[in-house]
Amino acid sequence: MLREITLGQYYPVDSLIHRLDPRTKLFGTLVFLVSLFLSRNIWGYLLATAVLTAVIRMSQVPFSYMIKGLKAVVILLLISVSFNLFLTSGEVLARFWIFSVTREGVRMAGFMAVRLIYLILGSTIMTLTTTPNALTDGLEKSLGLLHKIGVPVHEISMMMSIALRFIPILVEETDKIMKAQMARGADFESGNLIQRVKAMVPLLVPLFISAFRRATDLAMAMEARCYRGGEGRTKMKPLHYSGRDHVAYGLMLTYLSGIVILRYL
Amino acid sequence: MEMIKASKLIFDYIRRNEEDQIEEVNRAIDGLDAEIGTGDFVAVLGHNGSGKSTFAKHINGILLPTEGTVWISHMDTKDVDRIWDIRKTAGMVFQNPDNQIIGNIVEEDVGFGPENMGVPTEEIWKRVDESLKAVGMTAYRMRSPNKLSGGQKQRVAIAGVMAMRPQCIVLDEPTAMLDPNGRKEVIRTVRELNKREGITVLLITHYMEEVVDADRVIVMDGGKIVMDGTPREIFAQVERLKAYRLDVPQITELAYELKKAGMDLPDGILSREELIEHLVPLISTGV
Repeated sequence: MLREITLGQYYPVDSLIHRLDPRTKLFGTLVFLVSLFLSRNIWGYLLATAVLTAVIRMSQVPFSYMIKGLKAVVILLLISVSFNLFLTSGEVLARFWIFSVTREGVRMAGFMAVRLIYLILGSTIMTLTTTPNALTDGLEKSLGLLHKIGVPVHEISMMMSIALRFIPILVEETDKIMKAQMARGADFESGNLIQRVKAMVPLLVPLFISAFRRATDLAMAMEARCYRGGEGRTKMKPLHYSGRDHVAYGLMLTYLSGIVILRYL
Repeated sequence: MEMIKASKLIFDYIRRNEEDQIEEVNRAIDGLDAEIGTGDFVAVLGHNGSGKSTFAKHINGILLPTEGTVWISHMDTKDVDRIWDIRKTAGMVFQNPDNQIIGNIVEEDVGFGPENMGVPTEEIWKRVDESLKAVGMTAYRMRSPNKLSGGQKQRVAIAGVMAMRPQCIVLDEPTAMLDPNGRKEVIRTVRELNKREGITVLLITHYMEEVVDADRVIVMDGGKIVMDGTPREIFAQVERLKAYRLDVPQITELAYELKKAGMDLPDGILSREELIEHLVPLISTGV
């Protein structure tokens, strides 16, 4: 049951989007998210839709695969849509019981739904086309400036990539501990929510102990291999911008200015 | 020339309570003297708590001596300025394969050491290629370490150490968590590196079968070296090994029992072939 969890849902094909530098993709996602909040009218959203469709096509990731990510947020989507629908004041269109639907409410709810869906699709494209490693590398490099004001950027990205490496190991371990305890009569599946949560406690204690033990071992192994923080470290796979990244940046800026212009239409 | 030298080495594990007072002192190494020559394949044997792992951790300065000194190719491990040179010279492979692989992809893990040392990018790639080839893991370079077998993971860990171009590799029970096939695979790899690249190997283990090929065997007990010699010399003393709670290889034990029962066999037989060679004439003459 636990094995089904996948993290960093990278979709391995060799597309133009996959080959972009992770920093370009990070920045692109950021531009797209900002553009969604800048748009105020239908034209802005139409442009965003066109761009999103084009990028999805270029990424060669099947659309059905992409909307899997949406399932997780359906409830959140429904809540925010209904809040907007029922709680916006204005010209009343329909009324039942204590709720009333207004023209402004419909408009707001529509935009909100589109905004949320695009938000998720936009960031999904990034995680689907970028390996977790490239992503942490990209973050480290993009946030390099923060290092100057004392943010431990290298350490954070190292922690992220180690976490990614150990998630499957810890998942497997949880599975093992669960089975060992089930063999001795532990019951994780029946009872109400509180009982089930309580049943998890004896699972967490050994898991934490083992995680700490692994951490000590790993720290020792890293030191034995001369790890001493980001200072003076070289990269096996340094990030390089290529021609297509420059083109991508150009397109992004054009897109962003388009959105800004459409905002005042 | 000696690669590793330890003189009057003492190490205490000190347990402190919450007020930082000493609660318990556990002497893991008690006046150990040792010299290990360049290019040697040395096995260190000992039962649990004999101090063998503690000794291993002194060799690249993970632990520092309470008293006495350890030198790695003439560098004192207590010399703070040279700690990175020492760790470059003496690489270390640990017991648990999962807890020493840092990278999410095999080749990235092998590159981790050189990256830390500040080796230029092209040189890192060269070293990674060579190291993966040396341990026979080139075909797996793009895989995730989580998808490898135990023996393969340990070979990746060895490649990771090799990429740092050490003169000496210390393996601290590298096969303890592996199945018999994985064990053979790892020992064969280590043996080849020792033969072909002339790397000094210090293999800490409690599997007797792995020790048979070593140039020299050191037996530790109670934090001291109690026996030191070639595998043949060591395994000739079956009774003494048993007193240190160690087993001898099955074949050696069989030969020993046969000899005790009155057959005319030499001491310290190490392989099946050797036993056969000595047994056949005895049987054919009908003794």
